[in-house]
Amino acid sequence: MTETKTPVLEIKDLGIDFGGLTAVNDLNMQVYPGEIYGLIGPNGAGKTTVFNMLTKVYQPTRGTITLDGQDMAKLNPVEANKAGVARTFQNIRLFSNMTVLDNVKIGLHNSVNYSTMTAILRLPKYRTEERKADEEAMELLKLFGLDDKAAMSAGNLPYGAQRRLEIARALATHPKLLLLDEPAAGMNPQETQELMDMIRTVRDHFKIAILLIEHDMKLVMGICDRITVLNYGMLLAQGVPAEIKANPEVIKAYIGE
Amino acid sequence: MKKNNFFTNMFSRQMRGRTTSFLIVIIAYAVLQTMIGTGSLTRLFTSLLVPICAYIVAAIGLNMNVGFSGELNLGQAGFMAVGGFTAAIVSGMLATAVPNEILRLFIAIICGSAMSALFGLLISIPVLKLQGDYLAIVTLAFGQILMSVVTNLYVGVDAAGLHFSFVTNNITLGEGGTMLISGPMGATGISKISTFTAGIVLILVSLLIVYHLIYSKEGRAIQACRDNRIAAETVGINVSRTKTLAFVVSACLAGAAGALYVLNYTSVVATKFDFNTSILILVYVVLGGLGNMTGTIVATTLLVALPEMLRFLSTYRMLIYAIVLIVMMLVTNNEKLKTMLQKMKNKSNKNKEETAE
Repeated sequence: MTETKTPVLEIKDLGIDFGGLTAVNDLNMQVYPGEIYGLIGPNGAGKTTVFNMLTKVYQPTRGTITLDGQDMAKLNPVEANKAGVARTFQNIRLFSNMTVLDNVKIGLHNSVNYSTMTAILRLPKYRTEERKADEEAMELLKLFGLDDKAAMSAGNLPYGAQRRLEIARALATHPKLLLLDEPAAGMNPQETQELMDMIRTVRDHFKIAILLIEHDMKLVMGICDRITVLNYGMLLAQGVPAEIKANPEVIKAYIGE
Repeated sequence: MKKNNFFTNMFSRQMRGRTTSFLIVIIAYAVLQTMIGTGSLTRLFTSLLVPICAYIVAAIGLNMNVGFSGELNLGQAGFMAVGGFTAAIVSGMLATAVPNEILRLFIAIICGSAMSALFGLLISIPVLKLQGDYLAIVTLAFGQILMSVVTNLYVGVDAAGLHFSFVTNNITLGEGGTMLISGPMGATGISKISTFTAGIVLILVSLLIVYHLIYSKEGRAIQACRDNRIAAETVGINVSRTKTLAFVVSACLAGAAGALYVLNYTSVVATKFDFNTSILILVYVVLGGLGNMTGTIVATTLLVALPEMLRFLSTYRMLIYAIVLIVMMLVTNNEKLKTMLQKMKNKSNKNKEETAE
């Protein structure tokens, strides 16, 4: 459907070895702008490893990752974020001793533009830039229904709100590609439903591509445009949700024979 | 409307802690100055004022590193030594060129803190590659190294300029020359130019720098790296650069503190800035509360003054000091006490509400 556009993310023959163990091998996939893409597979299939390679926490052993035409081979995690990859974590990683607002403002770190000296001397630029950051952060929090909790410390938020805050923080870095690692983990069906609506809203509002890892099949089949299934680090199947659901290989990998 | 309220709230929350710190320092200054004026302070206590100011500045710097950056630094006294002895050299060199004592003190403190910041930057390169206990141990070692280097340093000045010598003194000075630093004898012949007022100004400037830094994007980044290093990286924060900034600011303030301290005496030995002093500064920070500048100021004042005030106990002095430390630690970290205080607070709030009704 979006085949005519150039992909925002292109993965070619991607592979990584840890010592003698091959965790991911021969992975090929393309994610297009505005697409919600699912990455699924049984436990230990290498899904999070793929995320870690995309954010350059791990250096791939083989293959190439191209983000919006830029080769990511030589980037470190900080540069990968600046290039346009943002992520959330399977086990939530917030700055729990800081306020909800500050968590989002840290996401804005690289778009807030003043030097350390300006901050220490409190020059006018500090004030205007901070105000701009406050406003943008509040807008993001409003979108995620967290604006009334802005002054709370992030660690005191309920679980679902922490997950939403993590997405807000990732979006504050102005990504082209958002990686969500099990966003629905630990959520009840109603919360999952809300999350699905929110992911769609994020896609429409920010016009970015979203790549997500998830075990909740209702969520994956419900919102993903396309899906890649990994098993033992290898590509098992790729296609639209209906194809994946009907694929006997996928059923075998998940349920067994 | 609601938004405006929110911003003012956030702003005032920031301001409150800051205002308390500044107020405490200024009030303490006003009170002590009047007491000095009326002569109601003992000589012993008056002589403690500048060292207290110096330790407060060093502790504020350390709190930046331990409280906000989350890295344990056991070498703060080493940076004080570097700053202090640089200041002694600068002050000695400028003794005739800059007769105005306040200006000379200002230049000496700036040079001391700059030199200390430079050493901080160099040391941070190997040190900040480590984490946790290892980082603490290596900062301890560097603190001792800095102190030992200063202990073996000979510096003299004459008409031809500065003369340096290391380990053995083979400086031959020209006519009218003086030795500024003579190895284990320390800095000798310093003109006492530090004043209590200068100390208070230095505290206020340090507070201003630390608060302004914390409530800026770099300050947020520093705390983010403390809370979650991996997450900080993935939102585009350069962790090593951020940690270095906190470390250098901390070293810089220690240098300023050392300068103030050394220029308060006619002679100071470098072994004054040994491991024990580093630990003491850390104790002030921990007891004052990590990240709590007001607490640091109060704890430092009490704990520097306490051993002197306990002098009448002679041999039991350090025993009592240790007991006071332990009791303070127990009390400030006591869960039961905290819940009790909370209950009392709730009760009084309830009472207020009831009476209001």
